[in-house]
Amino acid sequence: MADTSVHLQQQQPSRSRDLDKLLLRPGNLVGPRFEPGTELRDDLQAFAKVLVVGAGGLGCELLKDLALTGFCNLEVIDMDRIEVTNLNRQFLFRLEDVGKPKAEVAAKRVMERISGVDIVPHFCRIEDKDIEFYNDFSIIALGLDSIEARSYINNVACSFLEYDSDDNPREETIKPMVDGGTEGFKGHARVIMPGITPCFECTIWLFPPQVKFPLCTLAETPRTAAHCIEYAHLIKWDEVHRGVPFDPDNPNNMKWVYDEAVKRAELFGIPGVTYSFTQGVVKNIIPAIASTNAIISAACALETLKIATECSKTLSNYLTYNGSEGLHTKVTEFERDRDCLVCGPGIRIELDPSITLQKFMDLLEEHPKLQLSKASVTHRGKNLYMQAPPVLEEMTRSNLTLSLFNLMGKLPKDIVHVNGMTSKNDQKTSCLRKLHVVFKGVDGVADMDTAGGA
Amino acid sequence: MIKLFKVKEKQRELAENTSNGVPVKKQSAGELRLHKDISELNLPKSCTMQFPNGKDDLMNFEVLIRPDDGYYLGGTFLFSFHVSPIYPHEAPKVKCKTKVYHPNIDLEGNVCLNILREDWKPVLNINTVIYGLYHLFTEPNYEDPLNHDAAAVLRDNPKIFESNVRRAMSGGYVGQTFFPRCM
Repeated sequence: MADTSVHLQQQQPSRSRDLDKLLLRPGNLVGPRFEPGTELRDDLQAFAKVLVVGAGGLGCELLKDLALTGFCNLEVIDMDRIEVTNLNRQFLFRLEDVGKPKAEVAAKRVMERISGVDIVPHFCRIEDKDIEFYNDFSIIALGLDSIEARSYINNVACSFLEYDSDDNPREETIKPMVDGGTEGFKGHARVIMPGITPCFECTIWLFPPQVKFPLCTLAETPRTAAHCIEYAHLIKWDEVHRGVPFDPDNPNNMKWVYDEAVKRAELFGIPGVTYSFTQGVVKNIIPAIASTNAIISAACALETLKIATECSKTLSNYLTYNGSEGLHTKVTEFERDRDCLVCGPGIRIELDPSITLQKFMDLLEEHPKLQLSKASVTHRGKNLYMQAPPVLEEMTRSNLTLSLFNLMGKLPKDIVHVNGMTSKNDQKTSCLRKLHVVFKGVDGVADMDTAGGA
Repeated sequence: MIKLFKVKEKQRELAENTSNGVPVKKQSAGELRLHKDISELNLPKSCTMQFPNGKDDLMNFEVLIRPDDGYYLGGTFLFSFHVSPIYPHEAPKVKCKTKVYHPNIDLEGNVCLNILREDWKPVLNINTVIYGLYHLFTEPNYEDPLNHDAAAVLRDNPKIFESNVRRAMSGGYVGQTFFPRCM
């Protein structure tokens, strides 16, 4: 027996056989800096560090795919615990795992099955981590189901981005993201290179607005099962549980809404209210399909490998997949919003450190690229001056005579956002602009963190 | 980009513990857009704003409406606004904090205003919403009822509706429901 197993091992090809086909050979579609060879494969294992955001349907697939693709340093962040309903598709979890943190179990299971892979789990909210935590990763892969969470990570990743004096992104500050998403039989995979391809905020309009029923329809003329559920959830709950917020993750709360919805439906003779449909409407859930997650995740893992190794050009830049009737995939090249407040370069302004906020605002009016009058100014969440409403104008007026440098916490350079009126073709329009303020003659301590990378 | 990752990883090892980065919370695009909306507000005298958490928290604020015309003349009505970080992709959440006898506002403070739910569009702004709320007081409408009884009275007998509104605003009962004074 022992002899045969040794024999089998010798017969088995190297674990990286398929990866080697991509990394050890030259090709026509490779990136300009691609250098095939075993060093590349070793470097991928040693130096590429990928964060997987979300350990749910997509996250489980992503962790497995990335680990099998040759990435050895992975971390995963998820705030949720495993539920029974996850088990059909979140294949890293077993019945005995129910109630345990997803990130921890997912990391453990993949490490058990794939040797040489190190996965650090983080059982917390994405907002709980310092921004610097995210800067530690080479690539961030997103397996999320909400716009809020994507928008947050996008904002963080874009905050590392810096531009040179010609408004070109400095490569060493680009934090690549690969974003996957699925809804039933449909899904998308996209590559976000902040400063080069559109960021999440540039194309937020791609997300359809959530369907919201008029409250008076719910209260007066319900016609569908969803109307009855939303009545129980939005109106009846408040009426009965004054001041107690509804918790969608509390099964008792959900059961209460379901029972009320059933009563309502009976009253109006409407069929179709079930417990799972109640959950679906209240939590805005679309049934997840395991195969869609697998397909989208595979596309994301491949893009992650392509970004890291340049063994091929990356997806440019948004893939949609539709498996509901037959199969349809399409790649669309979306364009950046040059004025994007999140990933755009902003307008660079050099200032004397002695300038007051009032003088700064006068300068905005004269600035050829801005010609911005009636400016309101905000810096890192502090409202330095507000034109309206009167109560805020009064609260911020005293800042006008103070030095902008001091108001900005004596930073040698930073981003400031201004809005006001600008004239375009003799027409006054309101606008919101990102400014890159640099104070002349102040030692650039802030330069240290990026200058070394150049 | 692996070469770059390599360089950065080596630097990180060298520069361990020398990080001078003060972690800063970034403003979301939603906050910035809201900042613009608020700084451009152009409200009638009958609408005033309050910022209970100070000048730097614009995401949670209150609006006081004192209708200068119609059934609700002389009353003061407080609305709370909660704005999401993905504003304006999502409408602000608005509640009426003053208990009011009104066909389009229920006793829990839910407001039936189309632009707050089904007709919200990202091109709308806080100014439009406040005007919409103001409009509900000058022209309450019985066709979109949230308070069924009030709507029926307004439709069938505007005189009685008027006196019910007066009674509620001065602090008193309409039917079984007590309304605290709000004048």
